[in-house]
Amino acid sequence: MGTYTYPRFAYRPTPDATWGTPAEHETVVVGAGPVGLAFALDLARRGRRVLLLDDDDTVSIGSRAICWSKRTLEIMDRLGLGDRLLAKGVTWNVGRVFFREREIYRFNLLPEPGHRMPAFVNLQQYYFEEYEVDAAEREPGIEIRWKTRVVGVEPRDDGVLVAVESPQGPYRLHAQYLIACDGAKSAIRRMLGLEFRGKVFEDRFLITDVHMQADYPAERWFWFEPPFHRGQSALLHKQADNVWRIDLQLGWQADPEEEKKPERVIPRLRAMLGERPFEIEWVSVYTFQCRRLERFRHGRVIFAGDSAHQVSPFGARGGNGGIQDIDNLAWKLALVLAGSAPESLLDTYDIERIHAADENILNSTRSTDFITPKGAGPRALRDAVLELSEHFDFARRFVNSGRLSLPAVYDGSPLNTPDTDSFPAAMRPGSPAIDAPVEVAGQRGWFLHVLGGDWVVLHMPAAQEDLARLRQAVAELPVDVRVVSAGVDPGHEVVDVEGLLTRRYDLAPGTTYLFRPDQHVAARWRRADAAALRAAVLRAMGRESA
Amino acid sequence: MATVRTDVRLQDHDGTYAEIVEACRDLDETRALRFFARLALLLANQVGDDGLVREAVRLARESEAPTPASSG
Repeated sequence: MGTYTYPRFAYRPTPDATWGTPAEHETVVVGAGPVGLAFALDLARRGRRVLLLDDDDTVSIGSRAICWSKRTLEIMDRLGLGDRLLAKGVTWNVGRVFFREREIYRFNLLPEPGHRMPAFVNLQQYYFEEYEVDAAEREPGIEIRWKTRVVGVEPRDDGVLVAVESPQGPYRLHAQYLIACDGAKSAIRRMLGLEFRGKVFEDRFLITDVHMQADYPAERWFWFEPPFHRGQSALLHKQADNVWRIDLQLGWQADPEEEKKPERVIPRLRAMLGERPFEIEWVSVYTFQCRRLERFRHGRVIFAGDSAHQVSPFGARGGNGGIQDIDNLAWKLALVLAGSAPESLLDTYDIERIHAADENILNSTRSTDFITPKGAGPRALRDAVLELSEHFDFARRFVNSGRLSLPAVYDGSPLNTPDTDSFPAAMRPGSPAIDAPVEVAGQRGWFLHVLGGDWVVLHMPAAQEDLARLRQAVAELPVDVRVVSAGVDPGHEVVDVEGLLTRRYDLAPGTTYLFRPDQHVAARWRRADAAALRAAVLRAMGRESA
Repeated sequence: MATVRTDVRLQDHDGTYAEIVEACRDLDETRALRFFARLALLLANQVGDDGLVREAVRLARESEAPTPASSG
């Protein structure tokens, strides 16, 4: 008996299965996991139709991804799920690191005030997916076909021919674009013969969900060589419904099948948890890998999430990286499908998200190297850091049980218009927008809600006519661009009630920011320059590379 | 007399740590030990103060954690 009842989603018969010729679809997404569902929601909200195929008829079995980062929560908030995730998820800020019997290090992720979203919430992946499915079912542009497995893909110049097996038997589809969100073991990747490159860590971890009444605080506790699990590491993390995630390092010699058996798992947990009653909800044994595809876009087939890149879980960069992939891809594909942007815009998904994936891989590789050192030298170095950390501040900075997952800044992207005016490095072109409390039409709200999923120009007027000039400048563009005035005075559309917007964006009269539909900064200036703004929008659409 | 500083002084802890790991990853125990000895001597020379080096030696010796009895 678990705390969660897995929903069963009904297969709905489709006429596609009965036609002799492949039915035509604009965008087909393979995999209704957290990433595929988020992508479908994003694309549908941008006015495109999406067909989502999944070989199962329920959500993730087991908690799997549990730590959703601030940026992910902001993206899901844009897709309408922010409140639900916040309400059900466990917000946490404190992480503690123990070495043997003693606490050696503690960090507090509590962000500065004035952000809608916390640094992290913990929520089992099945809840995350369930909420996404709820939202997708209310979205008229989305069709989900459960129990439909892709068994063949044939790339063509104008799209992809997809062969599926379904409860109605086998049939074929033609998609203009196929988005592969089918996870780490991606069948699409295998069918196209594409290789994952990177590193496999020679270690195994027991990962369990345990239901128990416990008075541990909502914190992340990480042990190196604890007395209850000698010589290895352990992690305890709280999820919703009094379900706790416990990771126990087993070593490379461990037999994954043996270690999953209750008679092996229960004594290990008993040693950690004492005589407190608990129920095991899910058990898995993992080997970690940090690797990626060389390219994420292969013509009309595009990979996102774990199908494109895999990281070890330390630092919560798997699920969060995938959500940020689709945040980057959805608006670009929508523009290409609408005929507003050239197909080459999709290549910038490759550039920007490979940059992000490499950052995630680097960070999670380093964390995994610290947690599972291999060889006499690295092991001695790791143990020396832990020994010194009991006594000295400097050594604690080396302790790495997973670094905070931060969104990538798309430095060097061809879509950025480089700064020509003087600005601080923060919020430079390529940066994800940072939130701030604001007031709009007399109502308290958040700056990220002002941005939504639109092209937005934020302008602090120096002269009233500047605003009109900027609006005129963007009026003839192939996309809708919203120009909003901001300032501390109540007369502005966005009123900076606490002065935080001004501080975080270094606003001064004349300052103008252009935001892309994924809320990343595309360009910024110290004055209202109509021609520069037009050029920057076109550039961020991939139409010009000035 | 100057004392050894134990406050945070480096900027890129993860990067520096990774450099050291990479440098000794493929060494057996004996060679790894000599690698750390060479590194210690280079850094001692960089410190350039016999008294400070002596104090660092003492701190390194005293911060050794006892090995747990049943460790395997």
